[in-house]
Amino acid sequence: MTLHIYGDNIDTDRIIPGKYTKTLDISSLAAHVLEDLDPEFKEKVQPGDILVAGKNFGCGSSREQAPIALKQAGIKTVIAEDFARIFFRNAINIGLPIIEIGPHNIKTDSAIEIDLAQGHVMDTTYNKLYQGTQLPQIMMDILSADGLVNYLRTHQKFKVENQV
Amino acid sequence: MTITEKILSKHIGEHVRPGQLIICPVDGVMATDTTAPLAIKAFESMGGTKVFDPKKCALILDHAVPAPNERIANLHVMMRQFAKEQGIELFDIGEGICHQVMVEQAYVKPGHVFIGADSHTPTYGALSAFACGVGSTDLAATMMTGSIWLKVPESIKIICHGQLQDSVTAKDLILFLVGKITISGATYKAIEFNGEVFENMTLASRMTITNMVAEMGAKAGLISSRGLKLDYSFDDIYIPDANANYSEVYEFDISSLENQIAIPESPDNTVNSSVVAGTKIDYAFIGTCCNGRLEDLQAAAEVLKGHRIPKGVRFLIAPASKKTMMDAMNNGTLQTLMDAGAAILTPGCGPCVGTHQGVPGNNETVISAANRNFRGRMGNPNSNIYLASPAVVAASALAGEIISPSKLKS
Ligand code: SF4
Repeated sequence: MTLHIYGDNIDTDRIIPGKYTKTLDISSLAAHVLEDLDPEFKEKVQPGDILVAGKNFGCGSSREQAPIALKQAGIKTVIAEDFARIFFRNAINIGLPIIEIGPHNIKTDSAIEIDLAQGHVMDTTYNKLYQGTQLPQIMMDILSADGLVNYLRTHQKFKVENQV
Repeated sequence: MTITEKILSKHIGEHVRPGQLIICPVDGVMATDTTAPLAIKAFESMGGTKVFDPKKCALILDHAVPAPNERIANLHVMMRQFAKEQGIELFDIGEGICHQVMVEQAYVKPGHVFIGADSHTPTYGALSAFACGVGSTDLAATMMTGSIWLKVPESIKIICHGQLQDSVTAKDLILFLVGKITISGATYKAIEFNGEVFENMTLASRMTITNMVAEMGAKAGLISSRGLKLDYSFDDIYIPDANANYSEVYEFDISSLENQIAIPESPDNTVNSSVVAGTKIDYAFIGTCCNGRLEDLQAAAEVLKGHRIPKGVRFLIAPASKKTMMDAMNNGTLQTLMDAGAAILTPGCGPCVGTHQGVPGNNETVISAANRNFRGRMGNPNSNIYLASPAVVAASALAGEIISPSKLKS
């Protein structure tokens, strides 16, 4: 598992340029993910890798193709200080786990353990625990269904007993 | 509590706090010809058969109308079919821009929670509604279930003291505020506009203000319902509590504010109009969900009355709705504008988003009453867009260069 670390304000155009988004073939998106930010990313990324970012990750347009492209490329989880709101929604809705942990000092050699349900990230190399925002049950349920389409295909409605 | 917290608390039946995730019943959903086709696909993939309440759903053809090509014509056909099967109201070509139609037809009312698959949905905060924009999958889920998961946002309070000068409008004020808060300064938050200057505004001007919270990254933007005049009665008064908590409070004195212009290529690049006065323009445009309403057309007509725009400048107007257009026709506004040389387009988004009509040519400069001036926004990356109030757009059309209306007279 490799950590891919980037900075603040990574916008959706840099995650997946608009010119590649007009397709229903979502597997084609992985070939262009982050290409204007880090042209080597698509060669380096392995299934199960983690993307680590700073503030306002996913700002810009409302394109659902941004989290889809990261997921298609094999990114298992995105850790950031915080996310832009439509990216946050879209990531959960398409089944890409994300976790907000505030200011952090995660480095490429950090060995990390993520507990999504508890909302924390442990950096065992530097012995630092980041207590982030806990995802409520409903969002955990959408993620474990691999997205909102599958969740609703199964349940037909939001399970209200999970309301926080 | 803030206005947002009051509305959301009422909807879920418990006291909400910022940061909390809630599943919130909605009072209405809307999608346009840009977002509805994907949402319909997602709805079907979810196993959706019936929308939660056909009366609370609306589909609108506004972004590319009349259809400019076969592909878009077929997407329109798909929407008409879905609307018919589901018993949903479909506002067909020429009815107007989604946001204007939702307000005119009272799909959205004070205190509502409204979800739209368009980024300018926060406009409805002009009526003290909590309204936010989402993507297609979210919209599909909301149409199916009648509810949406939401994180209760923190709120920013913007207080304006003083009164606007005569030739200075809501558009100048919101351009100024976008310049101050910046394009990402309100990301994830709700903005509440506070003070008499907002509460004394017409509904149309309030909508111009809340429309552009999208240009500050906000999730919603609200003005209290105090002073709001609608042509139906509404009970609840949505005003923030005196001890409501805000993450940030901004205060401005706006008494000496001048006409504002957003220069290319971002709506937060705002300057006093005097800074760019004299910039030659080829094309003037009035319309959009930001400034295509009757009072905007009247402001332009007042500047243009008895004058004719010079050769070499073209002037396009796309009324925000059919009602706007008919009102402007009946009171003579349209006559004045056309006498001055304006071309009138089908009510709808018109040239705003560069999908079909009114695309500028290479190296052309546009002065526009819209809300976005990103590179290529109107369909040509080799053109420049300046944003201004309708009166400034009209004055500039007449002068062939950027000018404030007060300078025109002298
Ligand atoms: S008028 Fe422009 S900004 Fe408004 S909904 Fe239409 S395309 Fe979007």
